[in-house]
Amino acid sequence: MATEAATAREGSPTAVARVIVPAGGVRSELRAIKVVWKRELIRFSRDRLRIVTSLMQPFLFLFVLGTGLSRLASAGTHGVNLRTFVFPGVLCMAVMFTAMFSAASLVWDREFGFLREMMVAPVRRSSLVLGKCLGGATVASFQGIIVLCLAGLVGVPYAFGLIAAVFGMQLLLAFAITAFGVMIAARTTQMQSFMAMMQMGIMPMYFLSGALFPVSHLPRWLEILNRIDPLTYAVDPMCRVVFSHLHISAAARRALDPGVTWWGWHLPGAVEAAVVAGLGGLMLSVAIAQFSRVS
Amino acid sequence: MSTPTATSSSPPAVSVTGLVKRYDEVEAVRGIDLEVRSGETFGFLGPNGAGKSTTINMLCTLVRPTAGSAFVAGHDVVRERGQVRRNIGLVFQDTTLDTYLTAEQNLRLHAELYGVPRGVVMARMQEVMEMVGLWDRRGSLVSTYSGGMKRRLEIARGLLHSPRVLFLDEPTVGLDPQTRSLIWAYIRELKAREDITIFLTTHYMDEAEFCDRIAIIDHGEIIVVDTPETLKASVGRDRVQIETDDDDAAIAVLREQFGIEASRAEGTVTFGVAEGEQFVPRLFEEWGSAHPAIRSVSVARPSLDDVFMSYTGTTIRDAEAGGDLDRRRNFARMMTR
Repeated sequence: MATEAATAREGSPTAVARVIVPAGGVRSELRAIKVVWKRELIRFSRDRLRIVTSLMQPFLFLFVLGTGLSRLASAGTHGVNLRTFVFPGVLCMAVMFTAMFSAASLVWDREFGFLREMMVAPVRRSSLVLGKCLGGATVASFQGIIVLCLAGLVGVPYAFGLIAAVFGMQLLLAFAITAFGVMIAARTTQMQSFMAMMQMGIMPMYFLSGALFPVSHLPRWLEILNRIDPLTYAVDPMCRVVFSHLHISAAARRALDPGVTWWGWHLPGAVEAAVVAGLGGLMLSVAIAQFSRVS
Repeated sequence: MSTPTATSSSPPAVSVTGLVKRYDEVEAVRGIDLEVRSGETFGFLGPNGAGKSTTINMLCTLVRPTAGSAFVAGHDVVRERGQVRRNIGLVFQDTTLDTYLTAEQNLRLHAELYGVPRGVVMARMQEVMEMVGLWDRRGSLVSTYSGGMKRRLEIARGLLHSPRVLFLDEPTVGLDPQTRSLIWAYIRELKAREDITIFLTTHYMDEAEFCDRIAIIDHGEIIVVDTPETLKASVGRDRVQIETDDDDAAIAVLREQFGIEASRAEGTVTFGVAEGEQFVPRLFEEWGSAHPAIRSVSVARPSLDDVFMSYTGTTIRDAEAGGDLDRRRNFARMMTR
């Protein structure tokens, strides 16, 4: 195929810096992934307002809600500040919302026509979708890093192991959420409906995940919903890492970081990460399949 | 299925046989045959809803044909999508630029997506941007560009990877006359400089004149394929309308001195001539001072509708089927008739 393309170009007359585009291959797919990823970063860096607004939410949750409610909740937290407890959950929220907005830009891209420019390019749709998801994940984890920087203010130590583990987990979460968003965006032509779908997906997921409460001794119905919620498996390992670095009593640890159980079995962090990665991969492949369809 | 890409000296740039696209009950394209020669500028004329866009979408692999086959630059649009895409440039009717990026970033992104070798990206980018006069503005965000600049940038981008066939869907629609003629200057320069086939759609008869050949499409079928001269001749005449101080006297002068049968319509004297623009200077040269004064002159070129009508005998359906643009144009035409 490559030689065919090359020979077909033979004999072009007034060659004015005539470009000979090589036929496909892994390299060109990698270039496509990279450029779609890079575009996501450029656009994010241009959008100052988006950076500021997406930072506001974690601040509100950590310092306003966290401080206000801590007066109510102090009895149940065994002396641990509520702000410390909600830190992993707030981090997840920041990451989720940023990832969601990244995916949302795909709906704009369709509306403003740019999607077409990408769809007619001689690269696989999977490269485009992958680049988009990686871009969303990068941007979202950048947001996560900013929240991580606040750790010291809410009593979470700056330990290398903690930061590395939380960063890794939030990267995975960011990727999965972007894939989820891209999957939805593949089917949506209007921003309003995308936002509605996302709200319907993200908000219940967030509230059920245990980002804002310990997941043990819950009412049966809530426990079931919590275990079904994919986000549970992203929040829990982060909680575990954070709490393992706190100097608190064993009773407090048990109460605030009980860990997720399946029929009494405590899930190890690796399994939870695998659940998130697996779901992310699944949604990514659905998204790719949807974008690869030709009418 | 393989095609003789490199064997003959110039295989057809576009070769279409029995192409059909059916959406549920609607047959958008009903079996068209077409051959565009390499290096040709080929125009596709038809009202909205005639099947122009569907055909172009099939040729650029965005839509899968229901039946028939199509080869672009020697590659099958169904089996060799990647090869087809690599060899075509596309400028859509609606802008497909990322307005949050600079012009240069848009072009770089395109170069990456099309795998333009890194070493030549800069030179090629400068070349295409200079051609459309945007090199100095390469650092500006596209959101600050005017409509005409955006279209020029899109043309530059469509050329960046040296396509063998450039598809232009209504390249000048919605642009002011100055920008329109500028765009056409670029297209002509492009033809002179590069070995490229141009496949475009248009509503404007005067633009179709820049094409080597034109196909008129309606109801998903090609009605006629010919050179613009032949088509224009078949339509006949430009419409000239003059406002005078004394219409009856003017009509008499036109009949006696110029041998033209004119009639009165909506307060103007209206008649048809073969070459309206050439006729106007002659009119004033030979219009004696004794004749009634002419207050205004307008010349209307044969439109798509006129050509269209001579082949299909209808324009009404056009107004019903068409989008906003067609509707407005037809409405305007009805008002001036």
